[in-house]
Amino acid sequence: MDLYLPIANLSVNALVIVALGLGVGLLSGMFGVGGGFLTTPLLIFYGIPPTVAAASAASQVTGASVSGVFAHFRRKGVDVQMGAVLVAGGILGSLLGGWLFKLLQASGQIDVVIGVLYVVLLGSIGGLMAKESVGAIRVSRGARPPRARKRRHHPLVASLPFRWRFYASGLYISPLAPLLLGVFTGVLTMLLGVGGGFILVPAMLYILGMGTQTVVGTSLFQTLFTTAVATMVHATTTKAVDIVLAILLLLGSVVGAQLGARFAAKAKPEYLRLLLAVIVLLVAARMLAGLAWRPDEIYSVTAA
Amino acid sequence: MRRAGALALLAPLLMGQAKPELVPDVSQRDIEIAYSFTGAELLLFGAILYPGGRAPGEGERPADIVVVIKGPTESVVVREKSKVAGIWVNAAQMHYRSAPSFYAMASSRPIRQLVDERTRAIYELGLDSLQLSPASGATPQIQQRFDSGLVDLKRRNGLFYEAPGAVEITGGVLYRARLTIPARVPVGRFTAETFLIRDGRVLAAAVRPIEIRKSGFERFVATSADRNAVAYGLVAVGVSFLFGWGAGALWRRF
Repeated sequence: MDLYLPIANLSVNALVIVALGLGVGLLSGMFGVGGGFLTTPLLIFYGIPPTVAAASAASQVTGASVSGVFAHFRRKGVDVQMGAVLVAGGILGSLLGGWLFKLLQASGQIDVVIGVLYVVLLGSIGGLMAKESVGAIRVSRGARPPRARKRRHHPLVASLPFRWRFYASGLYISPLAPLLLGVFTGVLTMLLGVGGGFILVPAMLYILGMGTQTVVGTSLFQTLFTTAVATMVHATTTKAVDIVLAILLLLGSVVGAQLGARFAAKAKPEYLRLLLAVIVLLVAARMLAGLAWRPDEIYSVTAA
Repeated sequence: MRRAGALALLAPLLMGQAKPELVPDVSQRDIEIAYSFTGAELLLFGAILYPGGRAPGEGERPADIVVVIKGPTESVVVREKSKVAGIWVNAAQMHYRSAPSFYAMASSRPIRQLVDERTRAIYELGLDSLQLSPASGATPQIQQRFDSGLVDLKRRNGLFYEAPGAVEITGGVLYRARLTIPARVPVGRFTAETFLIRDGRVLAAAVRPIEIRKSGFERFVATSADRNAVAYGLVAVGVSFLFGWGAGALWRRF
């Protein structure tokens, strides 16, 4: 079923895009991630221009995170105060990211920067996740006693001025730390079309020292708003949001997300994390191969 | 038609030299891009009017036909990747002020057998004879490298192609050629040029414009994204929000 995308200026097989959304949605429901880190590369691989891919993937992540945020709100798993600080940072980050995007586009290095960022971020996060989940699996099998981890924020966070009390998270830290974290993920959302959950969750756990009960909900809250802002920034600056493409992706991903959430309720979390780590590392390896091997196309043409 | 015929009859008297004439046409002057657009097929057809109204006989050399469809020109930057510190990055670049966004040529015989290099360059006949206008001054070798990089990329994307032998000439007077326009073309004003060639010379040329534009919903989306960017963005966000929320709400019911 061929469908013409009015912004991307090409026709795609609608069923392929819906299936892609379904697959990504399945993962996002299972692991509580937005799945943007998979959508953007897969869309580019399918032949969608990178800018359109990143811009439209951002709006898909918005859709994927909505139902998750509601679910966590019902469970009181959202620290709204922390979320608001993160979102404020995210908005600043999106604007900064939009400016960077234009700058990199003009210099012709946007593809390389996207590739390198993917390899570095996904490679390191995937590696850490794999290590952590293997450890957790060994603990659950009784091969190793669990190591008690003290919940503490990073010493750098403690050195920042103006401390606030974040009651829902039980923290007394400077709001500058989550603000900077928000800025960073906002930049990533603009550049890569990712929600940033895969960076945010570990950062909130290990750098801010938040408790696990509020981490995922708050991360989704930030993702929801930051991707919405990123979509707006893309719509007004790069004009690359393809609403038809976004709807096709959404159709698949919202269904997939619900199916994935059901599946996740039955599976063991440490095995799920290992599976996610493997997927993340595979994407990173694919991107690395794309950078290191001689590309099929030495030349590229862009409008000037 | 009759007038053209009459003119053709008069032509030898008027010019004192027997020169065939061209009566070209295109199957579609407007191509509308709708949701199901996967490309278009254009039929370029017409008649060659020989002086005296007769087709060339056995001993005479028949004329050849070349048709060219060109897309709107655009200003582009061509970038060349090279390996820097182990990864492939865009290193060198060349700016072209105007390069055709689409180029398709069909001919009744391979173009190299019809005209020489100079004529090909004048009428832009063939992918190696396109007039690309680089904006930045560079040595001819470098420019040549970028030109062929650009043409090669466009060719493999189906945006540039040559179809030698794709023009059929029936009875020496009627010609027809089918050319496809892929879905990836930009919108705008295209031109269909027809050339009548004999003995290495272009005897007649004619141009017909073809307009390619988005229609209906596709046009609405494209213009709203461009003109009402804020409203468009809000709608995009709203749609994603509704989809996510709706799916969650529906799911809990069942």
